[in-house]
Amino acid sequence: MLFYVLRRTGAALATLAAASVVIFVFIHLIPGDPIYVLLGDEATPEQVEALRTRLGLDRSIVTQYFYWVGNVLQGDLGTSIFFQDPVTLIIRDGAETSILLACVTMVWIVLLGVPVGVLAATRHGTWIDQGLSGIAMLLASIPTFWVGLYLILIFAANLGWLPSSGYPSIFEEGGLSNLRYLLLPSLTLAAPNAALILRLTRASMLDVAKEDYVRTARSKGIRPQRVVIRHILRNALLAVVSAFGFTFAALISEAVVTETVFALPGIGRLVVQSILRRDYPVIQGVILVIVCLYLIINLLVDISYRYLDPRVELE
Amino acid sequence: MLTVRNLVVSGGKGASRVDIVSDVSFEIERRKVLGLVGESGSGKSITSLAVMGLLPHPQLWVRGGSIELDGADITEEPPYLRVERGHGGVSMIFQEPMTSLNPVVPIGDQIVEAVRVHDGSTGITARNRAQELLEMVRIPDARLQLTAYPHELSGGMRQRVMIAIALACRPQVLIADEPTTALDVTVQMQVLSLIRELCDTFDMGVLFITHDLGVVSELADSVSVMYGGKIVENGPVERLFNVPLHPYTSGLMNCVPDPSAGHRRFQTIPGQAPKPGEITKGCRFAPRCRHAQAVCTTDTPAKVVDGPLHSAQCHFPIARGAS
Ligand SMILES: Nc1ncnc2c1ncn2[C@@H]1O[C@H](COP(=O)(O)OP(=O)(O)O)[C@@H](O)[C@H]1O
Ligand code: SF4
Ligand SMILES: [Mg+2]
Repeated sequence: MLFYVLRRTGAALATLAAASVVIFVFIHLIPGDPIYVLLGDEATPEQVEALRTRLGLDRSIVTQYFYWVGNVLQGDLGTSIFFQDPVTLIIRDGAETSILLACVTMVWIVLLGVPVGVLAATRHGTWIDQGLSGIAMLLASIPTFWVGLYLILIFAANLGWLPSSGYPSIFEEGGLSNLRYLLLPSLTLAAPNAALILRLTRASMLDVAKEDYVRTARSKGIRPQRVVIRHILRNALLAVVSAFGFTFAALISEAVVTETVFALPGIGRLVVQSILRRDYPVIQGVILVIVCLYLIINLLVDISYRYLDPRVELE
Repeated sequence: MLTVRNLVVSGGKGASRVDIVSDVSFEIERRKVLGLVGESGSGKSITSLAVMGLLPHPQLWVRGGSIELDGADITEEPPYLRVERGHGGVSMIFQEPMTSLNPVVPIGDQIVEAVRVHDGSTGITARNRAQELLEMVRIPDARLQLTAYPHELSGGMRQRVMIAIALACRPQVLIADEPTTALDVTVQMQVLSLIRELCDTFDMGVLFITHDLGVVSELADSVSVMYGGKIVENGPVERLFNVPLHPYTSGLMNCVPDPSAGHRRFQTIPGQAPKPGEITKGCRFAPRCRHAQAVCTTDTPAKVVDGPLHSAQCHFPIARGAS
């Protein structure tokens, strides 16, 4: 087990190294120049050259890369060209919103996607199944901003139950009750993903229901609910759990639209704005953090698999 | 004890409806083994699923006939309702031991699940019973094996676990649907003698399904031969083997490998078994029958008897001199 984790971590580090090159190269290939974003069009060539030298952008891309990697290894992701603040601090501020939003969203996805998927599968072929599958199809296909705007319209504007925008940190005044700011955004973000998990759960349950061992379970005379939960769902979850992993990781980057609609200070919005500003250090830093997150979640999913499926050997 | 009368199992709706099993009747008594023999596709598994109350609805259902166990009508009654209503039990072991056990649940738990339902016991009592059952099906180190997962066992061991699960349900009748087809020869013999022995120790009847008449001759007390969803001949094992009436039965007997011939040579029946609904008139075996005559394709053959227990459905039964 320990050996497995070490080996996987080694592989993850190699992936990370490769990813860092790709990230760096592609970001510098984006047309546009941060100098003009900062100085505007009327800057004199001397001002431009001076700033370029100060930011280290006059050096070759290879030198820049190794300079960046050297700093990253020391935990320094550089300084934002736009904000003139350390990138680590900027990411940390956005990370709280993004991670909490992803977690709350994940709770919705699991709570809505799995049980409703089970319901649809056990009512396979009836109008309940058709209705639920239809709703899922709809939720998976309507745009996120549309869902978000309607939720704001209903729950914030008309009913006034929930705030429509912003998010004060849970470490500030209000504490955990500030999580209510994330309710509508998380529902918005959960809608298409819960719909996918619902359809995956349903399809997976229907597949497993055809297995011989389900027939064996029925032949034992145990009640149908127990057959569904202990034999069908238990095996169907194997496929669903791996989807949880990449859904969670994808939420961080998928959240851009949601963060924009609800004016949340999250990482998704930070990336988009930083790309518009050609703020290379921030883009590089955020993408690096997201890649790390993907790798960690992948590892966790694989390890949890070991506990869900005894046939999987972690050697 | 178990009486199946005029069972008809159908699939499809409206005009596309076909009878997969038509007019099947048989009886199974305590401590007796009935062999159900026929080529693949003749409807043996569907018949046994119907007896189990486990037909895959809504694709297949019992359209006619009845299944009675100790006087109670158990037709289309799934196993959990049989438990609830206190009706007797039928257990089944399946052809494929590789896929018939839940891959993510330890085998001990899979047996305990059945013990809890049928004995009402829980906890350590149920667990001890599970161990006892594993010992009865001769699994070495039964206590240790309780925590093993199916993929850690060989095919023969898994089939023993399946038998243990079936026995945990305290069945009056055990259905074994080609239980040894997927196993190699030595293991086959062990499993067969185990089933024969358990039939007596557990005081139950056995419906043994196979396409191999050789196995039937060693194991069964009586035989029903199935063809195209119908039972074409049935009788006590020695009568049926000595004086087969139906040309299909005698054809199957020629398929049994002859050990004295030195090499394994099968004389198979030419042609293919009909698909459900393919032949609706006359005798379903007619296209492949060497004795067929015009009347065979038009009229349903009547029952011919050879003594009180042995009968067949044929216009020109062999023992009556049709060569
Ligand atoms: N779910 C089903 N729907 C329709 N036809 C089926 C279904 N399952 C089996 N059949 C048909 O029923 C016939 C008998 O099958 P089966 O009982 O499995 O035969 P056997 O066990 O004798 O080999 C086959 O022709 C098969 O194609
Ligand atoms: S009824 Fe005719 S076709 Fe059918 S088995 Fe007898 S002889 Fe052959
Ligand atoms: Mg079969």
